[in-house]
Amino acid sequence: MKLPEAEQLCEQLARELKPRVGERTAMIGIHTGGAWLAERLHAMLALREPLGLMDIAFYRDDYHEQGLHHDPKRTRIPFDVNSRELLLVDDVLYTGRTVRAAMNELFDYGRPDSISLVVLADRGGRQLPICAQHCGARIEVPPGMRVRLKRGADGKLALALEPARAA
Amino acid sequence: MQRNPQLNANGELQHLLSIEGLPPEVLLQILDTAESFVGVTEREVKKVPLLRGKSVFNLFFEPSTRTRTTFEIAAKRLSADVINLNIAASSATKGESLLDTVANLSAMQADIFIVRHASSGAPFLIARHVKPHEHVVNAGDGRHAHPTQGLLDLYTIRHYKKDFSGLTVAIVGDVLHSRVARSLIHGLTTLGVPQVRVIGPQTLLPLGVEALGVRVFHDMRTGLRDCDVVVMLRLQNERMRGALLPSAQEFFKHYGLTEEKLAAARRDAIVMHPGPMNRGVEIDSTVADGPRSVILPQVTFGIAVRMAVMSIVAGN
Repeated sequence: MKLPEAEQLCEQLARELKPRVGERTAMIGIHTGGAWLAERLHAMLALREPLGLMDIAFYRDDYHEQGLHHDPKRTRIPFDVNSRELLLVDDVLYTGRTVRAAMNELFDYGRPDSISLVVLADRGGRQLPICAQHCGARIEVPPGMRVRLKRGADGKLALALEPARAA
Repeated sequence: MQRNPQLNANGELQHLLSIEGLPPEVLLQILDTAESFVGVTEREVKKVPLLRGKSVFNLFFEPSTRTRTTFEIAAKRLSADVINLNIAASSATKGESLLDTVANLSAMQADIFIVRHASSGAPFLIARHVKPHEHVVNAGDGRHAHPTQGLLDLYTIRHYKKDFSGLTVAIVGDVLHSRVARSLIHGLTTLGVPQVRVIGPQTLLPLGVEALGVRVFHDMRTGLRDCDVVVMLRLQNERMRGALLPSAQEFFKHYGLTEEKLAAARRDAIVMHPGPMNRGVEIDSTVADGPRSVILPQVTFGIAVRMAVMSIVAGN
């Protein structure tokens, strides 16, 4: 099966988001793939507020089964989230659990006016009532596989298929 | 080969009893996780939901204010319920054994025991008897170990010096009675610090301390030369009785850290102290309050390090 070109989806998302950017717009990317995509979109949209980056390790709902994820990155939100219109960016939307965790963490920083979810790809399989307001492509993923965003040495983004739960 | 009692079958940290014997990856995992928690402690809402519904029992058989408080703050910031037990005033004085005390607390659905005990090895004994879902963190046992203090010292050093390779670290004072010193020495050598020194009078250095991979100095001027990090230890007043030292004044003259003695270290050296400090005994006020002192940041980092330790062990 062929996955869509991440670079093209990125351009498409930037075009779609452009008219929505206002005074109070700010962007937050979820580590790691979402952070890469957010870095791109943030630059393409020339947003005034610096980019926020978020690691949801401390808010995951599988901590009691899986334990703490190794090497969590530090969440850095270099602006006041109160009264913002936030664009929350992730690479692939699947169960919705990551987004749930990210929203919980965000509200420990303040009360944004709104949060819109921006994803490169939506693979279905939602387990929570969450949907993306801006989605690059809908894709189908064979059972037992997962899709991840990769960033090459040249900085180019690409979607890749790999076995789920690979060590 | 017997398995390290701190690690589970997958080599993950299940209890934190001692830095000695832990692989560098585990130490670095704790330091990296602590760095993320430092971010949490700088927010307005300084709390994450990781240990919601878990009970942390502070089991202090020996007096402590700072360590107990920082464990309590750390547990609360992880959303755990914290129960402080002042053991000195309770069952132990009525003759209950250590394991009976723990078994009773276990029946009250404990998840993590934070243990401080005057006897070396007490946390190990408890760890051997707790249920699989219960975790033990050593908060100082006898003269043996104080691993979270050692880890927060390592965190502080990495924060200011970025990297462990190429560093010279001096630990000064009463190494003999110091569980802080032992834990830090093991941590520094495990993480590849090329030169670890201990400086103190012969009577306050353990016999054969060189075997831990340190260089021994009895003179501050040569010992501190070109050091990047100076760790002062508390001179425990109670040691004076054992005729190990003539007097506090005499100790200060030879081993108290003054600006003049510190001049031998590198210009960008940092000065650390696990607290509580005896000003005018092991450290001069001008140094303790001076620009190279990182003694108060150590306390702040200590909270993040303890959050990291508890959230890692409770998840394994």
